[in-house]
Amino acid sequence: MKYLHDVATIAINLDKCTGCGMCVEVCPRNVIDIKDKKADVVDKDACLECGACAKNCAFNAITGDFGVGCAAAMINGLLRFGDPDKGTCDCDGESGSTGCC
Amino acid sequence: MQLMPANPDEEKTSCCCCGPKVKKTVSSWNFRDYFGAIFCRVSNHYRMRYQVSPGLFSLGSPTQEAPVFVTANYKLSFDHLRKGLGALNAWILVLDTKGINVWCAAGKGTFGVDELIRRIDSEKLAEKVSHKNLIVPQLGAPGIAAHEVKKKTGFSVIYGPIRSRDIQTFIIQNNTITPAMKTITFTLPERAVLAPLEVVAIAKKSFVPLLVVALAMGLQKHGIMFHRMATLTLPILIALTAGIFAGCVLHPLLLPFLLVRSFALQGLFLGLFASACFHFSGLFSNVSVFGQAAAYVLITALSSYLAFNFTGSTPIANKSGVKKELKIAVPVYIVSGAATIILLVLYKIFQEGLL
Repeated sequence: MKYLHDVATIAINLDKCTGCGMCVEVCPRNVIDIKDKKADVVDKDACLECGACAKNCAFNAITGDFGVGCAAAMINGLLRFGDPDKGTCDCDGESGSTGCC
Repeated sequence: MQLMPANPDEEKTSCCCCGPKVKKTVSSWNFRDYFGAIFCRVSNHYRMRYQVSPGLFSLGSPTQEAPVFVTANYKLSFDHLRKGLGALNAWILVLDTKGINVWCAAGKGTFGVDELIRRIDSEKLAEKVSHKNLIVPQLGAPGIAAHEVKKKTGFSVIYGPIRSRDIQTFIIQNNTITPAMKTITFTLPERAVLAPLEVVAIAKKSFVPLLVVALAMGLQKHGIMFHRMATLTLPILIALTAGIFAGCVLHPLLLPFLLVRSFALQGLFLGLFASACFHFSGLFSNVSVFGQAAAYVLITALSSYLAFNFTGSTPIANKSGVKKELKIAVPVYIVSGAATIILLVLYKIFQEGLL
């Protein structure tokens, strides 16, 4: 099961990458592999943009628009604040309706 | 970070002499745990309150060498961890994630470096164990920067398996993880278990609008007539149920077999399919053309909306993709909603012979 083709924003700065493999270790979808001692995005469409790789990269070599891909939260943000990034879903509060978490 | 000297006098009482009291737990589940595990999959109200108090727990009789497992204070996360640990003697460090599971809390940052450091400190973990390893579930990685934790506390983060049932194998194999243990899955049972909560949530949200529609449908010159209300509302109730079924039940179950990758489109196609089934079965043959149109627009748009909302529950969708879908989907939903209302008005007018 893969999501939309070629939309994930993950990118690796090869100058900063030391090939330590930490990103490979934390990725739950096997998006990254080590090739020629550098991290390489081998399955971009599988990327959840969870940000685990970037967060655990001690060399800040991974960039992307990481966050939670939750339509409930983003529709909420868009309608309420005009910005999908500002939305929260029910997992954040008490109102409780969608079961996304 | 200072290491507590191994003082034999203190060792005996090391679990109680310093820092807050260590809470005891067991690996087995009792009736209430089983009930809770089921009920928090049905009621969101219950689920948001299904919590354990944060802090350090001892499972069995852990020594200073026993492994430390980190988890969230969503009770189901905690319960799965202790169950997975089985007969192991271990420490469980529960972070305060406001009752949210590890993956979602990591995404929001509550299962994060700051909270982890705070708990290591407040629970005086360095005095309870002689080693410097923390086993953090891999799905906590979006919130935890292993190198920062190491730098600030001296503790090394070891990412453990995603599923608690793999923990014992992981420990036996000397903390080594297999590719299967670190790969997220979305199997049929994993998808099916999410459906009830989604159905309950949208059913609750639909109640008031449905009531308003029913009252409007029953409206006559001399008041509200129940028989009229029931006859005219029934097709709408059926359409609503069908839309929910397509978007919240069929969609998660059939997810791997749907040919398009866009969640909104997946739901849209399932809604169209359900509408076609109704149309060709002749179930709505006695309903006026406006009523039928309202029903089909409602089924299709609702199914699409619900399937799209499911993105947040899946280990498939990503933020950039949802943003892209949003740009088309939201205007379509607004137009569909408006169209449904207009068609329902026309349906009522036509039924009353006013047209």
